Amino acid sequence: MLNNVKCLVYGYGNPGRQDDGLGVELALRIENDEYLSKYVDVDYNYQLNIEDALTISEYDLVIFADAALNIDNPYELTKIQPAHTITFTTHELSAESILALCQDLYNKKPESYILAIRGYEWEMGLPMTSKAKCNLDDAYTFLTEFIENHFSRCIAGKGI
Amino acid sequence: MARKITIEPVTRVEGHGKVTIQLDPQNNVLDSRFHIVEFRGFERFVQGRPYWEAPVLVQRLCGICPVSHHLAAAKAMDVIVGVGPDGLTPTAEKMRRLMHYGQMFQSHALHFFHLVSPDLLFGVDADPAIRNVIGVAMKFPDLAVQGVMMRKFGQEIIRVTAGKKIHGTGAIPGGINKNLSVQERDEFLKGADPMNIKKMIEWAQAAVNLFKDYHKKNKDFIDSFAAFPSNHLSLVRKDGALDLYHGVLRAVDADGKKILNDVDYQDYLKYVGEEVRSWSYMKFPYLKSLGKKDGWYRVGPLARLNTADFIPTPLAQKEFEEFKAYTNGKPNNMSMHMHWARLIELLHSAEMIEQLLNDPDLQGDKLVAKGTKVKEGVGLIEAPRGTLFHHYRINDNDQIEMANLIVSTTNNNEPMNRAINWVAVNQISGKKEITEGMLNAVEVAIRAYDPCLSCATHAIGKMPLEVTLVDAEGNVVDQKRK
Repeated sequence: MLNNVKCLVYGYGNPGRQDDGLGVELALRIENDEYLSKYVDVDYNYQLNIEDALTISEYDLVIFADAALNIDNPYELTKIQPAHTITFTTHELSAESILALCQDLYNKKPESYILAIRGYEWEMGLPMTSKAKCNLDDAYTFLTEFIENHFSRCIAGKGI
Repeated sequence: MARKITIEPVTRVEGHGKVTIQLDPQNNVLDSRFHIVEFRGFERFVQGRPYWEAPVLVQRLCGICPVSHHLAAAKAMDVIVGVGPDGLTPTAEKMRRLMHYGQMFQSHALHFFHLVSPDLLFGVDADPAIRNVIGVAMKFPDLAVQGVMMRKFGQEIIRVTAGKKIHGTGAIPGGINKNLSVQERDEFLKGADPMNIKKMIEWAQAAVNLFKDYHKKNKDFIDSFAAFPSNHLSLVRKDGALDLYHGVLRAVDADGKKILNDVDYQDYLKYVGEEVRSWSYMKFPYLKSLGKKDGWYRVGPLARLNTADFIPTPLAQKEFEEFKAYTNGKPNNMSMHMHWARLIELLHSAEMIEQLLNDPDLQGDKLVAKGTKVKEGVGLIEAPRGTLFHHYRINDNDQIEMANLIVSTTNNNEPMNRAINWVAVNQISGKKEITEGMLNAVEVAIRAYDPCLSCATHAIGKMPLEVTLVDAEGNVVDQKRK
């Protein structure tokens, strides 16, 4: 926490499936970063689920990090709003749905973003592709600056 | 002109499900098929890997029930290291059981609150825009909070027993790598409301009651929807009790006659075959004694309550007696009663967690047993969705040279096809248009079996459901997306 701003980076995906683990890898990097980990909490899992609504309700700023299949850039940050996303007979929930559940159940609406990192291969067990690793490096550098800037704005009274 | 209706959730890697309904020129159903593109690459992937890595490696298979794969592989490796399925130390076996019942509890709670309660609370014909977990959160927030907290409680049990949220390492060949500290135990036994086991049992009982209330008001629908006779297969404890972690293999027919009479699952290949059909990547398991045509069976909560003689915890046993009385002690063949059975197991899992937490063996320090290594081992476990088979053989260099897995959704392949065919024949046949209500009915039939379609991987930008109408010439007549 910095200046009373609680920030969470939540990575999700299956690290056993090549580039699907990009979001989790990003969260682990932050967890192992001596500087960032002082100010930013991390969480990670295979996928988002209903209890994550409770988790994010305790934060002011939440960044969901996930692998992405069809974005044009190495990474893209998108601010998200609560949304009722329908899924078909699966257990998967979107970040927007988690935000909607958080709002409905806990009356909280943390400022939330999806950091989508471009991945390329999703086969079981093989290592992350080199192109995805490059995208992860770029996304990590960007996220570090984004969080620092966000905290700076908060200190200046312009933030959350 | 014949038409083909396709319902296709498009996914990225594995397990995409698709329903195809073939109609004749009068719109009568000719045939229906439920395809799941099962991911089979895992069995090749583990070849050449050291056997002791298997319990961790297999968690790559699935982000929904990694604990079940972790424990099934560990059980197979117990056999390979010569400890056998019954040779674990009490601390190791009970820690694994705690992990497993934590998994069952969170999975069954998730299924009920996330996937089933919207159908029950809003009705299966309700607009899908509200017939979902967020609709429940808006209209029934107390119930939704219960779902969140029950799921979180189970996840915390898994975290302290498996060691990590992703790719847990708790179970190892021959045992376990940690016990449960008194502090960890007391967080579950004495945690502030609602995060304690007493509250979880209370809420699990309430969930059973919620289903029973719905059943009273909707008997015709619950009892008839997608009901069909079948065989049922599961593990049971040697004395016939429901046991989700370990036991012998039992199968009964639709009238309750035993087909497999408590056999050792190490010999499963003597009893279970897998048929390949040209139109599906997923195999169709069957009991060899009955043959391919008649030997198919159901697995999962309904099958387990049909094979077991009793439940060894008091509250769940009371519910079991009511469940059995409803069919005069005979097997229950009603697909929608799968939800009832699942909630009784939810209650049983909570009671089992309480029993285990109060057992001082969990603080023991004998974690691993040793034996004489053999080359082959089979591990079976009752996963949330049904019986899960793991079978491995290793070579002289301790590398895995053969793996065979039969996952719960594969075991339920034929029953899911039958359920969808029931919907097709009873609700779609003869109709000129496919309505939202008909599609909902297909979803409800699939959902009863809780198949694991594609949850292990995901990415931004997928489209979860596509419905396509194709005529006999292959032209797309209509397409709907959800």
